[in-house]
Amino acid sequence: MLSNKILRRGWSGVAAAVAMWATAAMSTSAMAQQPEQYFPVASMRVGPYNAMGTGIFGGVIDYLNYVNIKYGGVNGVKLVYEECETEYNAARSVECYQRLLNRGDQKMLLWDPYGTPLAYAVIGRVASDNVVLAQAGYGRTDAADGRVWPWVFGATANYWSQIAMKLNYIQQKEGGIDKMKGKTIVHLHIDTAYGREPLPAMRQIAKDWGFNLIEIPIAPPGLEQQSQWLQIRQAKADWVTFWGAGAGMSGTAITTAARIGFPRNKIIFVTFGGAEEDMIAGGAQATDTNVVAMVLPGKQWPLIADIEKVLYSDGAGKGNMQNPTRVGTIYYNRGVIAAVNYVEALRNAQKIHNKVGKPVNGAEFRDGYEALDYTIEARRKELGIDGMLPPYKLTCRNHEGAGTFHMMRWDGAKFEIVTKDWMGANDPKMIRQLIEDSAEKYAKENNITLRDCPN
Amino acid sequence: MAVLLMAAALVPFVANAYWLSAILIPWLILSLVALGQNILMGYAGQLSLGSAGFMAVGAFACYNFILRVPGIPFIVAVILSGICAALVGIAFGLPSLRIRGLYLAVATLASQFFIVWSLDKFAWFKNYDPAGVITAQKIMILGHDFASPREKYWVVLVIVLVLTLLAKNMARGSVGRGWMAVRDMDVAAEVTGLSLLRTKLQAFAISSFYCGVGGALFAFAYLQTVEPSAFTIELSFRILFMVIIGGLGTIMGSFLGAGFILLMPIFLNVFFHTVFGKSVDASIASALEQIIFGVMIITFLIYEPLGLARLWQLTKERLRLWPFRH
Repeated sequence: MLSNKILRRGWSGVAAAVAMWATAAMSTSAMAQQPEQYFPVASMRVGPYNAMGTGIFGGVIDYLNYVNIKYGGVNGVKLVYEECETEYNAARSVECYQRLLNRGDQKMLLWDPYGTPLAYAVIGRVASDNVVLAQAGYGRTDAADGRVWPWVFGATANYWSQIAMKLNYIQQKEGGIDKMKGKTIVHLHIDTAYGREPLPAMRQIAKDWGFNLIEIPIAPPGLEQQSQWLQIRQAKADWVTFWGAGAGMSGTAITTAARIGFPRNKIIFVTFGGAEEDMIAGGAQATDTNVVAMVLPGKQWPLIADIEKVLYSDGAGKGNMQNPTRVGTIYYNRGVIAAVNYVEALRNAQKIHNKVGKPVNGAEFRDGYEALDYTIEARRKELGIDGMLPPYKLTCRNHEGAGTFHMMRWDGAKFEIVTKDWMGANDPKMIRQLIEDSAEKYAKENNITLRDCPN
Repeated sequence: MAVLLMAAALVPFVANAYWLSAILIPWLILSLVALGQNILMGYAGQLSLGSAGFMAVGAFACYNFILRVPGIPFIVAVILSGICAALVGIAFGLPSLRIRGLYLAVATLASQFFIVWSLDKFAWFKNYDPAGVITAQKIMILGHDFASPREKYWVVLVIVLVLTLLAKNMARGSVGRGWMAVRDMDVAAEVTGLSLLRTKLQAFAISSFYCGVGGALFAFAYLQTVEPSAFTIELSFRILFMVIIGGLGTIMGSFLGAGFILLMPIFLNVFFHTVFGKSVDASIASALEQIIFGVMIITFLIYEPLGLARLWQLTKERLRLWPFRH
């Protein structure tokens, strides 16, 4: 019978696989001489968000390799990583989290899945597993309160600050907060936790300023938006804050907006769906679209230029990007900065806990992450990232960091920076109050005692 | 059988946390849901595409019961959420009295979208949580918190075993015979005195009950969060594939199919990473995994259209005769 033939043939394949796996396992254990520090990479290289996944995680992996090649690791500790494919699916990412949790005798120090639903999926586990949840600019907003969420960090910003920054930009364009009364702003968002995340802050500001807020959800993956944009035209919207993800959804938004004649310079894209890939998907009609940036793109930053030189130039072939021209794009640079955070936190942890040149554990790494400090100009220059991200430092209480952004305009081929300086909310104190109120409410509901924080 | 049971109960002592919480728990839960789908599709012949929607009902019902009824034992909450899902299932099963086949599948598709939409739309279900992703409460039974993967596994195992046993007996008894009669020819079944209304709605209710219980367990014992977007149409399709690949109208097939659809992508991902390591571009490896998975599904369907359960049965017969063939 055929089925039996397949079974019999299958066995030899399984045996070969086991043999290969066994040799692979032996060779790695034999090589473990230099002390190693292990980082998980929860990538998404297939599916609708692959442009983001390959760019960001390519940047992360490149920086880890760059530190190894250029400096021989962090004080002699070699950085190693394991990768797992999440496909931006919460259930798959939980499996990845569990799979990557332990590697040999080392436990992972941090989890950085680059997706708000994926961050929510593990946020209840990280404290008991002693794993830092590094949600750089995404994830659960009120986790920026370090008293309630000691293990979660949002550096450099979160979605409430981002929406407040956009509204701040809009009111400046309109000529002041008093001119905002009666204006109509549409929040056009993908219908997931990520799309809804900014709403509490946005509703509050709408109430305070007196503009008319219309929320329009789009079911993922968001490749059909005709009715939503017609609704926007009917409402005679003045501005649209577009909160989407994936080049397909972004491109559809731009082309549909063009079809109904909505001006692109009145659309503001979100950080996570606003990269070169998203604009290119929109074609020529994408010109003039506004995009918020958390980390600035480009190769003019010394670090990015040096990574390109060390890993890519002259066919070095050590880089992780399949397409080397993507080095220096939005997603890539954001990935590099995420990895700079990992490495700086590791450096801090080694220093704080007297473990220079030795691997650290989760609790020590957490202290190192909380000590992240980019306010010293000399250090930023040394890292080659001065100007690429806002100067900020984290504290026991403030796990958000800067909360500031730049506004960019797509000129048809590349982004140009519109804002002069890093820009945040019109009233950052109000946003902070919202965050702490929400976190305190959560703490109360879940019987969490607030951590005592000096600052 | 007893040996198998013992082994299942003792697995936590040899398996580590990864195996328990990332492989065994979701496998058991999805097997239960696939079993529910199999009751409706394989036994009663009603093609349905709403299983993830019924799972969502179960998950949110369980969340709300624990939230709003203080001190309710987890098991009671799970059973009640199964009953909620069953009621919703009956409501959406009503069209089955008039339409059948692919048309019914389209009608049940509505349930999938309607349920997820209404859970998003009406904030009461989520207790007005702004982000819409709720951290699931602890699993409390008799004052004990089932927190570790091992304890969660036992809770899931007991529930799944009991429900599987029930399903097996139902399928063998008069209830199951009724379903199969309706499946094979509903006019003939009606002529022999079977109430179509009762049989079809019963199948919908029981199937949705299984999906609801599975959904509650999926949210509480596996994901530990409750959110509508975990229960998308994609999950419904995956459950459908589990049943088709596992074998329509078999209990064993639900387990094998769930194992194949859930574990094969994970296995391929682990396999590629351990064998090729970093020598192959991860983007290519990820794409290759999906291609291989697709090819495997097609191969299975061509060579064994009756599913993995049939393959299992044939292998068993072969082994009984081994090494002497006919």
